[in-house]
Amino acid sequence: MSTARDVLNGVDRERSIRFPVEKIRQDFPLLANAVHGKPLAYLDNAATSQKPLAVIEAEELFYRRDCSNIHRGVHELSERATRWYEDARTKVQQFLNARESREIIFVRGTTEAINLVASTFGRKQVGAGDEVLITAMEHHSNIVPWQILCEEKGARLRVAPINDRGEIVFEEYERLLSPRTRLAALVHVSNVLGTINPVREMVEAAHRRNVPVLLDGAQAAPHLKVDVQALDCEFYAFSGHKLYGPTGVGVLYGKAGLLDAMPPYQGGGDMIRSVTFEKTIYNTLPYKFEAGTPNIAGAIGLGAAVDYVNGIGLDNIAAYEGELLAYGTRVVGGISGVRIIGTAREKAGVISFVIEGIHPHDVGTVLDQEGIAVRTGHHCAQPLMERFKIPAATRASLAFYNTTREIDVLAAGIRKAKELLG
Amino acid sequence: MADLRGLYQEMILDHSKRPRNFRALEGADCHAEGYNPLCGDRITIYVKLENDRISDISFQGTGCAISTSSASLLTETLKGKTRAEADALFEQFHALVTGKGNGDKAGAVTLGKLAVFSGVAEFPVRVKCATLAWHTFRSALEGENKTVTTE
Repeated sequence: MSTARDVLNGVDRERSIRFPVEKIRQDFPLLANAVHGKPLAYLDNAATSQKPLAVIEAEELFYRRDCSNIHRGVHELSERATRWYEDARTKVQQFLNARESREIIFVRGTTEAINLVASTFGRKQVGAGDEVLITAMEHHSNIVPWQILCEEKGARLRVAPINDRGEIVFEEYERLLSPRTRLAALVHVSNVLGTINPVREMVEAAHRRNVPVLLDGAQAAPHLKVDVQALDCEFYAFSGHKLYGPTGVGVLYGKAGLLDAMPPYQGGGDMIRSVTFEKTIYNTLPYKFEAGTPNIAGAIGLGAAVDYVNGIGLDNIAAYEGELLAYGTRVVGGISGVRIIGTAREKAGVISFVIEGIHPHDVGTVLDQEGIAVRTGHHCAQPLMERFKIPAATRASLAFYNTTREIDVLAAGIRKAKELLG
Repeated sequence: MADLRGLYQEMILDHSKRPRNFRALEGADCHAEGYNPLCGDRITIYVKLENDRISDISFQGTGCAISTSSASLLTETLKGKTRAEADALFEQFHALVTGKGNGDKAGAVTLGKLAVFSGVAEFPVRVKCATLAWHTFRSALEGENKTVTTE
């Protein structure tokens, strides 16, 4: 249908041998569905990803066979549930290459992980006149918790600027690391621009000024290999549901020394060692930060997701998604009137775009009728939209189960939107 | 495709590309801003009243084809109407876009051109686009002078 397609046909065939996308798609039952009578093209993976059978079945098996509360019963089911839950923690530890499993805290998702750090580490370390540094490409969940903290403490939120390609202006970032900076909270991969930030260099620069770093890895963990020891960040946060796992579970990694020194987040069961009305002694890591009954089935599902992703291999995933991105950028970017927002040299599988004279919301409706799921709007990153002087954008975000055929369907949908609305 | 043509009728596309009364209104008696946080649509409606009658009305802002054309057609339709007629029109318009009847009631003011929005009923997520201008208009008349949101 397009010349770009023809050019890449040879590459496609070769890749389908190397990367068995059709076989992988069979692991995701939802992908076989039709929407408005058209085969579904699910291109909204940055919002949430679909789940492989391995994840769905792990959760189901837990509820069918082992459902029980953890860390408290002596009975068989509770022991099984506890083992399974803690196995998931070990899987995540290995997935991030954390030194110890007690550095892995299960939370609801990236948002809660960041809020946890803001309200414990942040409340303790940030005072009047201090600064928290973020970047101009943050998602609301890595803006608002720091705004709340800064307002409470009389501290100042600083924002490192980006260039027109959507890359961090490194010198400006370095310049903003001041003696008053108590924390740098930085996105690893932008959910709108797809930019992969040079986080290792950014952490190094922060450490040279003794500034600890939190990395928001919500869009990174599903698409590229993360090694928290190599990155040397103090905190790393990601969500299970974007990593092909269940909703309602996510991870905060923290260096053990820091986590130990932090006050607890929520009070309740499981986070205590002993309680009297006079004094409570808190539990050790990681339980100190896991008050109440956690999302046991979710963590188990996340463990299954980690196994599944490891089975394919993040290097293979990153390589295949990189090819899809290159293809999509060429095909979508080649349509006249289409402008791609976010053209960083290091980029993950996100294609955000605007079409001249057509509002993204209308594009979204036309694409939906074609069975194409994309996100339209401000993507929970309103300051970023303002930076690019657009009220909204349409975003196609890729996963390893997407195909060049789906990108062709997207391109045809965009042409249809232009024909209908242009 | 039939559905989409029903939604994006010629008149809607025309008004979205060439919105009428698209300006700030000097000497407006009241105005209000409307905001849809889900899609970022933002409009301001200005109203000039003579006694109980809308003598002039205009809008400004950014939005999708549905919200822009709805605002444009609202200004065209309401110019010269009384408050009571405007209220009745909103009620009928709301019924139309939410699929609760064809909107027209015997003896009442008729929807006229606004009937072009009948296709919206098939796209429930777009109802808010079509009604944003109307909510904003009502807020302006109520003199709240605050931002109304669809959420």
